[in-house]
Order: sequence, then structure tokens, then C-alpha cells
Amino acid sequence: MSDHWLVRPSTIRRMWAGFIAVLALTVTAELFVAHDAHFGVERVFGFGAWYGFIACAVLIIIAKGIAVFFKRPDSYYDEDESRG
Amino acid sequence: MVSTLLHPGLLIIACGVALGFLRGSLRSALALGVPLAAIWLVLAAPEGVAWRSTYLGLDIVPFAVDRLSRLFALIFAIMAFGGALFALGQPSRLELPAAFVYAGAAVGATLAGDLLTLFVYWELMAVGSMLVIWSAGTAPAYRASMRYLSVHLLGGVLLLAGVAGHVAGTGSAAFVRMALDSPAHWLILAGFLVNAGAPPLSAWLPDAYPEASWSGMVFLSAFTTKTAVYVLLRGFPGTELLVWVGLFMVFYGIIYALLENDMRRILAYSIVNQVGFMVTGIGIGTEMALNGAAAHAFTHIIYKALLLMSAGSVLYATGRRKCTDLGGLFRTMPLTAACGIVGALAISSFPLTSGFVSKSMISQAAGDEHLLWLWLALAAASAGVFLHAGIKYPWFVFFQKDSGLRPSEPPLNMRLAMLLFAALCIGLGIYFEPLYALLPFAASYVPYTGSHVVVQLELLLFSGLAFFVMLPMLLRTLTITLDSDWIYRRFAPVLVRGVEALAEMGWSAVRGRTLGAAGRVRALVYRFHGVGGVLARTSSTGGMAMWVAVLLAAYLVVYYL
Repeated sequence: MSDHWLVRPSTIRRMWAGFIAVLALTVTAELFVAHDAHFGVERVFGFGAWYGFIACAVLIIIAKGIAVFFKRPDSYYDEDESRG
Repeated sequence: MVSTLLHPGLLIIACGVALGFLRGSLRSALALGVPLAAIWLVLAAPEGVAWRSTYLGLDIVPFAVDRLSRLFALIFAIMAFGGALFALGQPSRLELPAAFVYAGAAVGATLAGDLLTLFVYWELMAVGSMLVIWSAGTAPAYRASMRYLSVHLLGGVLLLAGVAGHVAGTGSAAFVRMALDSPAHWLILAGFLVNAGAPPLSAWLPDAYPEASWSGMVFLSAFTTKTAVYVLLRGFPGTELLVWVGLFMVFYGIIYALLENDMRRILAYSIVNQVGFMVTGIGIGTEMALNGAAAHAFTHIIYKALLLMSAGSVLYATGRRKCTDLGGLFRTMPLTAACGIVGALAISSFPLTSGFVSKSMISQAAGDEHLLWLWLALAAASAGVFLHAGIKYPWFVFFQKDSGLRPSEPPLNMRLAMLLFAALCIGLGIYFEPLYALLPFAASYVPYTGSHVVVQLELLLFSGLAFFVMLPMLLRTLTITLDSDWIYRRFAPVLVRGVEALAEMGWSAVRGRTLGAAGRVRALVYRFHGVGGVLARTSSTGGMAMWVAVLLAAYLVVYYL
């Protein structure tokens, strides 16, 4: 039985290609729009692209760092609360 | 005029009470009709004071309308309608009545012109929402509802203490803009912030809301936190502290949602994140920022309810909440998945959705004030929203892997509710002028400029790239992340048990000592007065007569001396 067309490896490859094309297209589009930037940094080419990527990478790394200290099994509160 | 005689909040509350006694189609008709009537009443009510009275010598204004209160009362009434449509098939007989009391109290709080009326509705909301959680009927929901109530009663006490101080200080209970110049105003702010999900007590929200039923959390997501946004908008606009509080909430919500495995807890953390944007806007305090905060509250209620309706439909159909158990549901629940994705795009402020036209006003205000660091933080947070809610939620629930689950779409009323709210998300993103016309200040903002759209698309699409590139780091495990509720769920009980054990030991030591001393006294008394004791013996009559004679003789002798 073949699975849903959306999860076939060939479709996923094509979606990655499409996604990368869209990414390239949005960055190129920057050349064609008038800037109404408030700050100098916003005028650096591809600001949204690199800033968005870096921001997300940093957030994920911070989250993993916090998880080292505060992660617990999801049954953590079960035993002491079923008593009360 | 009927619109000033009939209070929309009280109407919804009365309807909630009536719903408790009704069944069948009459109940459905009332549950859908009354919120529609309330929407009409809110829109028809003229600006100004409709009801006025005095209580304890104070001016009480239970029904006052201005642009700000109308906006919030309107979205609360819309939410009551959408939530009721979604919840029509809820078997719990308590949930919908409780949700209506809760929704009506939220409308009442926004239409309150004085702090005492506000306080009454504030507490009624706490009770109504607690009953919504409770009516899920499970043991964890009961315990969560008790913790929830405790936190909100604490918030209520802070608020009441602040209101009392404010009235004592100014002699007026009018709900006006306040500055942080007295302990009373700090207390009022603290009471407001508890309900907003601000630190340090923000954990009440992800702790309690996800324990509600599949329909209950849809209601819960809308009213408590957004009423808090409303009162902050009215009471504390431009308070700089709120910028910091809001930014903390924004990043706290993202990071905890990234680590979360329960789909509805992801969305709960994301409520804190979104309210953080609004609180930051209130802290900035310019007209643009306040408009942005108010508009964002309006659009947020719709897309967050939509997200929770889709999550609720999944929970309804599969009985599962954890990302690790879900996945691949797009095959048999395409409509639910599509509506969930629309909500996810709207919360991420994708162009052509409602989030884009509201949230960008807050960033714009930061830019207009030349607050570079704040503007950068908000841009990073926008990317983070797409990461933790915009992609993470639909990806793990509807795609990810094939969980083998093949649930069917939810019943018609639930599908209609989702379609209605999805249409609102897209409609407000394209046709935003009616929303801008309702905002507290005149809005000349133009959301769709070429550069703004391109930068936003870059931010979002590249955060999507980051998600898929770093996916191995984001795979879900059967874990939770400790939050501040740990203090009252784990640490405080251990502390109390420790103090109890210590007190027990101390008491037994004290008892040992005192029993020693008391025991000796008791033995002495027993020796003389106990059975066979010298002073407890019965004496003969002759003996008694002799002793009386001896006493009299002694008296005689003493008399003559």
C-alpha cells in the first residue's frame, strides 16, 4: 500500500527544493522594494533572513540549556498529588 | 433605549444560569442567540455612562462605554458565540453555563467604570473559569482547578487591598489611569499582572488550562488574560516596568513552548508569549503602541481560539494530547489541520492574516520611539513565535510521523466554529479597516508596505528553515519542564511536611519533659488523696467527735492566750 502522496520521499525532496526557491525569492525581493527602515541594521542586506535564522537558533540553544536543569519525566507530579 | 437598559455582560451571565436548566434545541438556540444579542448590544451602546449609583458613599458606574471598553466587550461577545458553537456537543452539563458566567463577567469587567464593580466581576471570572476547568471531571482537572483558584484568589486579594488603598487615598473609586506612586497602585498592578500570566506566577496558566475539556480550554484562552490586558491598557499605559515584564513573558513563552510535549500546553505557553507582546506595547505607551496592544488582543482571541479548537478537535477525536502520541493526522482530519494551520499562520503574523495587521503596530511603535534593542527583541520574538507555535504545533500534531491514528473529523458544529474563526483570521488580515476603526485612538497605520512584508516574510521563512534544520534538537520526549508552580506543588509541600515533622519532634520532647514534672505532682497528690491515701480514708464517727473536741479545746486555749 503506498502512503499518502504528501509523505513520499520524492514529494518531500520536491518540497525542500520549492522551499529553498521561495527563501531565495524573498531575499531577492528585497532588491525591488523601497526601504522604510528605522535603524541602520535593518538596511543590511537580507536582515530578516539572517536575523530570523540566528534568533531561532539561539532560542533553541537557550531552551536546550534550560532543559538540562529543569527537564523532568512528565509523571513528575503524579505520585505526590494522587495522595492529596 | 434597550441598549442602555440591558447590560450585555449580565445578559450573558443570566443566559448561563438559564442554560444550566435547559436541554435540547432550546438550549442550543439560547447559547447561540444570546451572544449574538450581546454583540448587537455592545455595538449599539452609546459612549458614556449608562448606569450610575452610589455605594458606601462612593460613585459606582456599573455600565460605562468608551472606545476601548467597546472593543474588548465586542471581542468577548464574539468569543462567547464561537465558543458556544464549538461546545454545543459537550456532554458536561456544567461547562457551558460556567463558561457563560465567565464570559459575561469578562464583558462586565470591561464595561465597569469603577474599581469596585471591576473587582466583583474579576472574582466572578475566577469562579466561572475555575468551574470550567473543574467540569472536565477528571482528578487532575479538579486538583488543577484548586491550584488555579488559589492563585486567582491571591490576585483578587492584592487587587482588593489596592482598591481599598486607592479609595482611601483619593476618595474616589473611579477607574482612571494610575501612576506607580503609592503602595495601593503597586498592589492593583500586581493583581492585574497575576491574571495576565506575568512572572513570577505565570505557571498557573499552562498548569491549569490544558486540564480543561476539549471545549473548555477554548473559552479559557480568551477571557482572563485579555481582561488583564484591558485593565492594564486603561490603568497603566506607558508604565515602563511593563516593557520588561512583557519581554520576559514573550521569551519565557517561546522557550517553555519549545520544550513542551503536550500540544495544549504548547498553546498555553504561547498565550503567555502573545500577552507579553501586548504588555510590552502597553509599556511603550504611545498611541500607536496602545492601538497595537488593543488590536493584538482582538486578533489574538480569534486565532488562539481557532488553534485551541483544532487542538480540541484532535483531543475529542483521539483522546490524546502528547506530541509523541500524535502525528500524521492530516490524512483523516484535513479540515482540522487546515484550520489549525490558518491559526498558526495568524499567530505568526504572516502577511494576509490578522496577526500581521495587529502585531506589527507594536514593533512599529518601538521603531518610532527609536528603541533599537526593543525593536530587535520583538523581531527575534516574532521569529520565535513561528518556531514554537506557527510550525511546531501543526507539524507535530498533523504531520511529523504516521502515528497510525485515523480519527475522523469532528461534528458539524465544531467544524463550523473553526471555519468561522479561520475566515475571521484571514478576513481581518485582508480587510483590516473595520478593526482599525474600532481602536481606541485614530489609526493611520499602513501595515502593507513592500519592505515590511518582505522583512516579515524573511524573518518567518528563515525561522522555518531553522526549525527543519534543527529538528533533531526539537524532537519531543515524555518530559515536562519545571516552572514556578514547582514552588507550591513540590517545594512548599515538602517544606510543610518538614516543618510538621520538626514540630512533631519538638512536641514529643516537650511532652517528655513536662510529663516528667507533671507526673511527679500527680503521684504526690495520688499518695494523699488516691485510693487508700491518708486524706481519702473514711474516718469513724467517734474519731471525728474526738478530733472536733481537740479542735475546740485548741480554740479555747488560743482564745485565752
